[in-house]
Parts: sequence; structure tokens; C-alpha cells
Amino acid sequence: MKDNRTPAVSMRNISKAFGDKIANKKVNLDIYRGEILSLLGENGSGKTTLMNMLSGIYFPDEGEIYIDGKPVMISSPKDAFDHGIGMIHQHFKLVNVFSAAENIVLGMETDPDGNPIPKGKINIEEASKRIREICELYGFDVDPDQKVYDMSVSQKQTVEIVKVLYRGADILILDEPTAVLTPQETEKLFAVLRNMKADGKTVVIITHKLHEVEAISDKVAVLRKGEFIGQLITKDTNAQEMTNMMVGREVKLNIDRPEPKEVKPRIVVKNLTVKSEDGIVKLDDVSFTANTGEVLGIAGISGCGQKELLESIAGLQAIDGGEILFIEDDGKETNLVGIDPVEIDRMGVSLAFVPEDRLGMGLVADMDLADNMMLRSYRAGKGSFTDRKSPRELAEKIVDELEVVTPGIDTPVRRLSGGNIQKVLVGREIALNPTVLMTAYAVRGLDINASYMIYDLVNKQKERGVAVIFVGEDLDVLLELSDRILVLCGGKVSGIVDGKTAEKNEVGLLMTKLGGGEIG
Amino acid sequence: MDNKDIKEPLIHITKRKAIPKKQEWTIRLLSILFALIVCAIVMAVTTHLNPIAVYAEIFDGSFGSPRKMWILAKELSILLMVSVALAPAFKMKFWNLGGEGQMLAGILATAACMIYMGKNLPSAVIIPVSLVCAVLAGGLWAFIPAFFKAKWNTNETLFTLMMNYVGMQLVAYYIIIWESPKGSGKVGIINQSSGAGWLPNLFGQPYLLVVLVALAVTVGMFIYMNYSKHGFEISVVGESQNTAKYVGVKVDRVIMRTLLLTGAICGLVGWLMVAGTDHTITTTLGGGRGFLGVLVAWLAHFNPIGMILSGFLIVFMSRGASEISTAFGLNESFGDIMTGIILFFVIGSEFFINYEVHFRKSHRKEAADV
Repeated sequence: MKDNRTPAVSMRNISKAFGDKIANKKVNLDIYRGEILSLLGENGSGKTTLMNMLSGIYFPDEGEIYIDGKPVMISSPKDAFDHGIGMIHQHFKLVNVFSAAENIVLGMETDPDGNPIPKGKINIEEASKRIREICELYGFDVDPDQKVYDMSVSQKQTVEIVKVLYRGADILILDEPTAVLTPQETEKLFAVLRNMKADGKTVVIITHKLHEVEAISDKVAVLRKGEFIGQLITKDTNAQEMTNMMVGREVKLNIDRPEPKEVKPRIVVKNLTVKSEDGIVKLDDVSFTANTGEVLGIAGISGCGQKELLESIAGLQAIDGGEILFIEDDGKETNLVGIDPVEIDRMGVSLAFVPEDRLGMGLVADMDLADNMMLRSYRAGKGSFTDRKSPRELAEKIVDELEVVTPGIDTPVRRLSGGNIQKVLVGREIALNPTVLMTAYAVRGLDINASYMIYDLVNKQKERGVAVIFVGEDLDVLLELSDRILVLCGGKVSGIVDGKTAEKNEVGLLMTKLGGGEIG
Repeated sequence: MDNKDIKEPLIHITKRKAIPKKQEWTIRLLSILFALIVCAIVMAVTTHLNPIAVYAEIFDGSFGSPRKMWILAKELSILLMVSVALAPAFKMKFWNLGGEGQMLAGILATAACMIYMGKNLPSAVIIPVSLVCAVLAGGLWAFIPAFFKAKWNTNETLFTLMMNYVGMQLVAYYIIIWESPKGSGKVGIINQSSGAGWLPNLFGQPYLLVVLVALAVTVGMFIYMNYSKHGFEISVVGESQNTAKYVGVKVDRVIMRTLLLTGAICGLVGWLMVAGTDHTITTTLGGGRGFLGVLVAWLAHFNPIGMILSGFLIVFMSRGASEISTAFGLNESFGDIMTGIILFFVIGSEFFINYEVHFRKSHRKEAADV
């Protein structure tokens, strides 16, 4: 690809290693003004590390960086800002009790015009005015006075983006920005990014979702195992070609849906009502049945009660009304409401539950893989001492079978990339040999290869006769994977449809429409 | 790099991913060495004394005679037990600053048993009864803030801190009641003539029992924290209460249970001090060990075995400080200054364990090595 313009950013022969692990190896990357570049690669392929070197988080071991053709040295985030580079990380770095405007001006030594701010004299009104201007220009939806703790994930992300723009960045790097967004929020973000592009800003978006690459970017650069594989013009390529470049071999892009066998009711939820601590109704008279050997997909805009539904079944949620019946193979019914989660486990009812917030709930970030396996098994056996051997074996097995990229099983899970963390969690839950497997956003943050591996695991469980409840956000996937899809809207069941025959826009409509739809 | 006009910064600080244990300990030992050099310079400049002679005297303070060694062992044992007691609470991120009060509760209970039972009952009865009372009293002192924390999420730091003052005032009150001789305003040696309730000397050594108990407590705690189900629950609660709830750990119960254990050991320490070593009661018998123990525990990253080392460092320095103050007529504060310098370096060394510093030149070379 020849281009006679001077790239806004040019990275030459960039290498970076952490100990013996090579994160980037002689990467060459050119980014042009007024373009949106997707940086595509599997989990652990070095996308984030490469961009961290541009934003001053890491310093390259070798190689040069040129901004507008001039060599530069970026050794701190401040240096990066001085060159107009701003990065929006996956984990937000905001002070919860501060307002949007306060977070945006926090730590700034000069105002946006470059005049130094005297100590203790931040003009928050002036800042709010500028923030409103920025929002208007690009179409953001931010109230500068709103406190961060009151914000949704997508609003927090918007604050992060505005923060970077406020500081005068014209090269923006977004690290998997859509991983935490709903499809609607993603659309909104993309609209904003297009406005930025029209304004001449340079945008790099790290992602592994192919349809997003196709929707938003002008060019796509592919990394694999830390190496630069190639750059393509988005409109001249297709999902299959990108996947093959990313994975390094031919990958099949469809999901199996084995025919359900021996279908019988396993979980029967009747008139379930759940209120939050503040008395807000989260689930309203929800009734459905989850069958053995079947995948029950759950669709809905995020925050429509998916979390509460799964947590209710897992025994982690206080319930205001209704019952949840667990039906054993011999027809014995047990109401799970009010039963302690450990007790549910002991009764032989194992609910494998992958919570939405992987690191906050399912795993302990600072513990190593083996100890995280032990979270589920440490109670096993009599006596007061733990069995340390079997969790280690399980960890080794999961690393091996699910191809988890990790230096070893003694590595704290926080050092793993998002997708690998997810593999560890899902692997652990499946190892419990559940009769009911509940997963929430199981493939969020996972690359294509890993996602298909998860779908495969889900199908294997289904064939074993497990009742699978699969909360998903990608409608295409839900429609391909689920036997039936339950649609939640505002805590109510707005419909249950057959996965084989349902249309995407039909489900989409149910997601936004209250009431209606027969319950069956 | 061909762009010579660009100035590469002199140093780069990066967070280390992992560091071999050997290197970690080398950094720690080096930090102590550096601290000693700095101390020597400060000493030579301000006091004109020969640092080597002063260091020799400090060493002498702990190892100069069998008696000094026994005192070192006793002091270390007591401080170590308090630190070990605090470790599980801190590991759980329950900031227990009430070790002092928990010890005082044990001290008070033991003294009460010895005073009220000493005239009528034999030691064989008093000793087990006072032990049980001291352990329960210490446990109760820690359980109260834990209960409030578990039920209503009160701030444990303030609560435990305030419990220290309550404990201290209670002891002060009982000292007035128990004072002997009358009008002295203090409690002398309890049961001095009968020795009722006093712990026996093992093999003629008054402190041996304390040392053995401390060893048992330390090893026991190491096993408890690293190999028991309870210990695992403590680390999970400390790392993430959400995860703990998700896997079915009763967070409330773990908090209360752990603090009961912490308080019980602190109470045990109080018992050993009154019945075993000091045989008296004062409001300052705890000697600030409840706070010093926090430092010892933290320096050792809550590893009970590591606390033997960090505790030794603190006790060794304090013994040395009183020794040099008499030998060289130095103010006792000089010992504190030295301890301060050493702690500064030891704690500062953690920075070099967690972060890596690259210099401009060496940076290139390192990159080539990788």
C-alpha cells in the first residue's frame, strides 16, 4: 500500500518484551490523519501493548516513533499528550465522587489554551462551558455536573473520551471501546467517531469484532502474536480474509446448533419478582422454563434484569416474590428461593454461573490461576485443610485444553488479557460438571477464535444434557446458538421466541417493546 | 537511534511484572546495608563517635550476655505474637488498630483472676482459668468492632482505635481499686510472696515458656493462613468481598471469626505478660506493641515466618538504642533516629522491588539482552 502523505503517526521497528515474553516484534505501523484505523488481533496479540507505547505507558525496547514525520520520544503519558495523543483505556480511570467536569480538569497544569492554571484556581464553570462545546461539536451526551457514580458504563466512557479531547488530543486511541457497550451505545459511539474523523482527527480503535471493523474503519491493521501481519483497506476486504490473517489459518465462521435431545424441564421460574435495595423493580413477574439439553438464550438491552435473573437462580439475590423450581431427573421439585448458594451446591444442584463482571466477582484478580480454581473447590473434603493439588491440576488442564495464554498457573489472573481471563472463568465453571450452566456475556472481550471455542463448550454442555441459560448481547450469535430466546425488557418478559425461526428485527423489537408476546 | 536531537530521559521507571525471590531479598538486604552506611555518616557527623564502636555496642545490647539474649528473645516473642495475631485481620483488609486494647483486655482479665483467686486457690486452678478469661476478654475486645463492621459496616479503624482508650481507662480504674501498697497509685507485683497464678519457669528459664508459645503461635498461624479453609476464605474476603459472596463465603462470619482469633491471641499475649513475665498491671504494659505489630506484620507482607525477621529488626534496634544511650551517654532518641533511617530504607526498598529503573545508557543494553 503506497501513500504519499506523511503519516500522523509512524511506528518503525517497534519491539517490546516483558521478561521472556515478547509482546511486540519489529512492528511497523502508519496512521494517517482523518482516518479511522482498526487494530485487529486476537487476545494477547500485542494490540494494547503497541498502543500503550504510543500513549506513554510503556517505553519501547527498540524502534522509533515519528509524529508528522518528526522523530519523537514518548516516555510518559504527558509526553504523549504534548504530541496530541490520547488513549481511552479499557478500565476507566475516573474519580467516582467527582463530577464529569471535575474529572476532566483533574491534574491539568495548563488550560486548553496552554496558559498555566494558578494553584487552587480551577475555573469549573469555564471548563464546563468548554466541555459543552466539545460535546456539541461531536455529538456527545455528557452533563458536566453529573457525578461519575451516577453514570452508566457508556457515560463513563464518554467522559474519558471528552477528557482526552479537552486536553487537545487529535490522535485518539480507543482500547476495545465497545466491549462494555450495548449495540445501541456502540452505534452512538461510532457516530461520534465519524464526527471526529470528519473534523480531521485520527482515530485508532483496538478491537477484535469484525463487524465493527467493517462498520467504522477506513483501514485495518492486523497483528498476530506480536507481529505486524498486514494492513488492508476495509472496503476491499471481508470478514473471512481478516479472520484468516488474524488467526493465521482458515477458520469456519458459523456456529453449530445440535438438535436438542431428551428435553425436559430443569428450571421452572414462576412469577419471579425482584426489587433492588432501593426498592426499584428489577424483575417483574418473570416466568419461563429452562430445559435440559437446550440452550435458552436471553436477549435484552443491558440492565433489563439479566443480572438479577441469573443471580436469583444462583441464590445470590434477595427475592420479593415467585418461585424457582429445580426439577431433578426423578421428578423431585425443590424451590431454590431462600436457599443459600452453598446449600444449593450441596443439594447436588450445581449452578455454574459466569457473572457479568469477571474480575469483580467470578475471579480474584490478585490470586493465581490455581487459587482461582480453588474458589470453587476449597470446601471439598473433610477437615479444616484445603486440597491444593487438585486445583493445580485443574488449572493445568484448563490452560492446556482452552489454550490459555499465561506464563504459568502461578501467575495472578490480573496479568492475563481479557479473553484469557474469560477462558479461565468459563473453564472453571464447566469443570464443575453442572446440570445448569448460566453464562452472562461469556464472549465479551473475547477474540473470534476464543469466542467460537466458548460456543463449542456451550454446545458440548448442551449435548451432555445440561440446561444452558446464555445471556448474550450479540443478536446474531444468540440467533445462531439458542434453541429458544427469552427477551427481557425493563425487567419483564416481552417474549420467548424459537431460535431457529426468529428474525433479528423481531427480537430487536421485543427488546425495546414492553409487554405483549405469549409466555410459553 | 538516529534522531540525536531528541533527548531520551535519564531514567525510566516501569512496573515490574515479577521478580525472582532471590533478587527480592538481595534488594532488601542491600537496603539495610545502605541504611547502616547512612546511619554511620549521620552518627560520625553529629556525635563524632566511631560508628563501628556504636554498632558493636548495639550488637552487644542484644547479644552481650545470656541474660540480654533472653530478654531479646522474650521481647521478640511478645512482639511477634501480637504481629502474628494482627496478620489475618490485615490480610482480610480489616484495619485493626486495636491490638493494644485487645492486649489490655487480656492483661486486665489475667490480673483480676490472679488478684481475686490468688488467696484461696492453687496455681493449678488459677493458671487455666486466667488463660481462658484472658483469651475470651481479648477476643471480645476485637469481636465488638468486628460485629459492628459485619452488621452495619462501621469504620473498623476508628472503632478499634477507640476501643484502645476504653481498655486503657478500664485498666486505670482497676489499678486504683487494686492499688498496693495503698496510696502508691499502682499495683505492685501481684501475689509476690505466694506466686499464685504465676507461670512456672521451664528448665529454670523464666522466659522459655513465652518463647515456646510464640513459636507455636507463629507456626500455627502460618499453617492456618496458608493451608486451612479458613485461611483461604480470609484471603478471598481481603481481595474481593464480591467474589467471596459469589462463591458462597459468609463474609460477615469470616470477619467476626477472624477478629475473634486476632483478639484471642492478643489476649493470650496479655496473659503471658501478666502471669508469665511482668506479674503486674499498668496502663502502658502493652507498650505500643499493638501498633508496632502492624508495622512488623506489614514489613513481612503478613507472612508469619517473615515476621520473625522484621520483628527481630525492630526489637534488636530498640535493645541496641537503650544500650548505646547508657554506654555513650547519647539521648535515647538517637536510637529512634537510627531505627527511622533503617525503616526508611527497608520500606523504600519495596519501591525497587515493585518497579524497575532503567538508566539512559543501560536501557539500550538491556533491550539488546532480552
